[in-house]
Amino acid sequence: MRLALSAFLCAGLIVPLAGFGKLQNKARKPDNDAKLFQKKLSKDDQLRHALDRLTFGPRPGDFEAAKKLGLKKWLDRQLHPEKIKENPTLAARLQPLDSLRMTGAEIARNYPPQQLIRQVANGRLPMPEDPVLRAAVQRMVKRYNARKGTEEKDDKVEPARPLTDVLAPAEIRTLRNGKPDEKRELIASMPEDKLDDALIAMAPGIRQQLFNIVNEDTRRKILLLTTPQQLISYDLNTGKLYRAMFSNRQLEELMVDFWYNHFNVYLDKGADRYMVPAYEREAIRPHVLGNFREMLGATAHSPAMLFYLDNWQSVFVTPNPRAPRRNARGLNENYARELLELHTLGVEGGYTQKDIVEVARCFTGWTIRNLQQDGAFFYNDRVHDKGEKVVLGVTIPAGGNQSDGEKVLDILSTHASTARFVSRKLAMRFVADEPPAQLIDRMAATFTKSGGDIRQVMKTMLESKEFMSAGAVHSKVKTPFEMVVSAVRALDAQVEFVSTLAIQLNTLGQPLYRKQEPTGYSTANAEWVNSAALLARMNFALALAQNKIAGIKVDAEKFSYPQVSKATQAAIDNAMKDKTPTPALAAGLIIGSPEFQRR
Amino acid sequence: MNRRLFLKSSAVAMFGVGTAPAWLSRALYAADAPSARKKVLITVFQRGAVDGLNMVVPFGDKNYYSLRPTIAIPNTAVLDLDGFFGLHPSLAPLKPIYTSGHMAIVDAVGSPDPTRSHFDAQDYMESGTPGRKSTTDGWLNRTLAPVRENKSPVRAVGLGTALPRALRGRNEAVAISTVADFQVRDARGAETFESMYASTLDRTLNGAAKDTFDAVRLMKSIQKTPYVPAAGAKYPGSRFGRGMEQIARLIKSDIGLEVAFTDIGGWDTHVNQIAAQPTAGQLANLLGDFGNTLGAFYQDMGDRMSDIVIVTMSEFGRTARENGTRGTDHGHANAMFVMGGSVRGGKVYGEWPGLEREQLYEGRDLALTTDFRDVLGELVTRHLGNRDVTTIFPGYRPGKSLAIL
Repeated sequence: MRLALSAFLCAGLIVPLAGFGKLQNKARKPDNDAKLFQKKLSKDDQLRHALDRLTFGPRPGDFEAAKKLGLKKWLDRQLHPEKIKENPTLAARLQPLDSLRMTGAEIARNYPPQQLIRQVANGRLPMPEDPVLRAAVQRMVKRYNARKGTEEKDDKVEPARPLTDVLAPAEIRTLRNGKPDEKRELIASMPEDKLDDALIAMAPGIRQQLFNIVNEDTRRKILLLTTPQQLISYDLNTGKLYRAMFSNRQLEELMVDFWYNHFNVYLDKGADRYMVPAYEREAIRPHVLGNFREMLGATAHSPAMLFYLDNWQSVFVTPNPRAPRRNARGLNENYARELLELHTLGVEGGYTQKDIVEVARCFTGWTIRNLQQDGAFFYNDRVHDKGEKVVLGVTIPAGGNQSDGEKVLDILSTHASTARFVSRKLAMRFVADEPPAQLIDRMAATFTKSGGDIRQVMKTMLESKEFMSAGAVHSKVKTPFEMVVSAVRALDAQVEFVSTLAIQLNTLGQPLYRKQEPTGYSTANAEWVNSAALLARMNFALALAQNKIAGIKVDAEKFSYPQVSKATQAAIDNAMKDKTPTPALAAGLIIGSPEFQRR
Repeated sequence: MNRRLFLKSSAVAMFGVGTAPAWLSRALYAADAPSARKKVLITVFQRGAVDGLNMVVPFGDKNYYSLRPTIAIPNTAVLDLDGFFGLHPSLAPLKPIYTSGHMAIVDAVGSPDPTRSHFDAQDYMESGTPGRKSTTDGWLNRTLAPVRENKSPVRAVGLGTALPRALRGRNEAVAISTVADFQVRDARGAETFESMYASTLDRTLNGAAKDTFDAVRLMKSIQKTPYVPAAGAKYPGSRFGRGMEQIARLIKSDIGLEVAFTDIGGWDTHVNQIAAQPTAGQLANLLGDFGNTLGAFYQDMGDRMSDIVIVTMSEFGRTARENGTRGTDHGHANAMFVMGGSVRGGKVYGEWPGLEREQLYEGRDLALTTDFRDVLGELVTRHLGNRDVTTIFPGYRPGKSLAIL
């Protein structure tokens, strides 16, 4: 059901969009008021709350559809995403993003990072076969040679064929001076070979102007011709945003976000640039509602994690006082420390510095084969510490091998501290910043009893009275990622491309795949409400609703206005008073309102 | 009307008589009393690892020239400081500041962690905890004393769109690209958001928004007059130059700035660090921007430099020996500049470890004789008056005092 702006401004008849129930008008008590966690919700409010918490924000119609299905059934389906038919739009949108389906080695070959260009230049790696890729790589090789001084200094690398050989004069004129629609039409009319040749031949400035008006395939080619490595980040960002916006398996996508963040890897650290897609796809995604031990094992074996936390360099060196080796690498504790502190036990989980060292010794030899080319897990027995280790009181006998590390993962994943730490972190994301202790107890008990079955732990949480309570409703401030996606969904925007939203997320303080620290992003409310971030949210809301963000089209006149508090309503009424009401401004004000920052 | 009077009257106009926030009026009154002005610490990070040995040239060490046959700065070109060290010629604007005693150099300084990864080393220096990755906040944030009431929304400012690691943490810090950008761009939207957030019952957002709109108004009041640097100072048009100009503007507005962080990148000179002459090329250009900006800032601030300390750092140094591509690779210790009215300048601090092969760290890099936290700890204690160095640098035991301040 749609409401015109005038109806909204009259403020009488308002259709609550899911998530904006009556509770909105009451004062928010301190976020951890214990009594509120005992207070039940009406049926409709339960459904709104579920949509707010377990999806990336409700779209128009979601509430009605979920109501028809019934809350219990809806929850059950979200917990079993394989039972949900996926949105066909999503598959079509993900199709062009080919790096998301590649191995690290394939990515390195197809979208070579700077350090691989040298190997291509020296003939140790082949040129890619795709013509656009090849042109991009050739340019980089040429640039590399020029910098190295083996070629004449030549900043402007000449295109293989001049544009005049590829296009007719009229076509070139259109490209140079045409209107966006004319350019779009011209590009769309070209057969693929011709388009490739034209893109390769045209000046960078002209190419860049096409970025916002062409289809996904061509946009990626433009990016490729500029900087091949950017494609990886482009695909990752685009893929994550599309999945959050369009997937019918919303809870699964939230869980991928949660667990990637839990086992965070920073995209811009060296070789991780080409290992992250496979990491998310293979180490995280298959396990997000599965078994914790399996996911822990997958991350521990992943080259992305081994590289990010330096374990690939951690080796045992036999002490030889007579011949101290220069530049000798030794034990590196980084992975061991974060494994205990961030992935499993938690900082107060009851381990010592000695445990960290012992764990690090167990993982010596867990490394990466052929980092620059293949980048696969490899256990190197020659640098493994063969001595006896004692981890959290458990003796791991001398003479072990790769199994030492596996034993550590077994000890950690069945430890009571891990059950509590993981349960608490889930509850902080899905219930409240300070989740009730009794809820954590029950979740941790499920974790232990089920052998780390994440789906069961989630079930315990979602069926708890604390989750479906007034204490949980709107207790969380959206992260920027959640805010951006929920805005696009609430506005039912037409989405052409989303790289502009990825840029917005940088300004909003949450660049995707780019949290440097292994802690991942915090989900605590306080983290996201500082001055600059709040201003950025308001500016984003207005820009989005006023169609100032390329790639996203909003029809504000069709926006189903959610119910907001009287105060917010009054402020918007006042803004429209004596002036021509503009739907876009009103929509922007709603998206930027305090109510919309909560979920 | 002088600037302070102007500020005061515009503040009254902004907030209405009697409703100006207490911290603002305090700041404005403080502006009349020079002794009560805020002490400011500015951190400049040279990202990418600057070649310290060509920035502060040990031309008195004969090994310098044998290690760097092509890229060494000739002793005829260096700006001699003390007969042993000299500045790269592109740093000419800093020479008079050094000579006047307002700038000191600490050499063979840096992070003790052996990593040669830019990512890890920058992270460690910004968190202030070398070797420990999971520290979530930054050292500069930890220097701020918790203030409950009347705190200025711009106590801690990072230049750029994202808050730098060093400034993240419990105390409020804001990222500002330019003073002009710090606002809701749509006037009607701004007004409406303000009243919306002022009347919301959501306490968390209500409080944050109040601080935000106070800060926005402040920024607006600062912009009423175009900024004209004093004493004919001219900032370069570079990102770094414009950033330091913003910081200058904030300081002169007396709105409560205590710490600021900015950075300048591009120092990772593996290849062709020099052009045809060792005094030209990539490094020379960057140092030119760096020196011209800091020189302009010093000139612009004039007497205000007595309230200000600027400290520069980089994640690690570069190899003592030049590589095969007229550049240098990742190394260990580096040099830091400390500038300010209260600095005991005109001196190169730190013990020189020498460049003989066995004196080099792992046989290749300048060895480290001073921990960067010794320098920062002293600035925090003596300049900002925060004596809690063990909280700011957890797990660190201060070494002997350098007495730079």
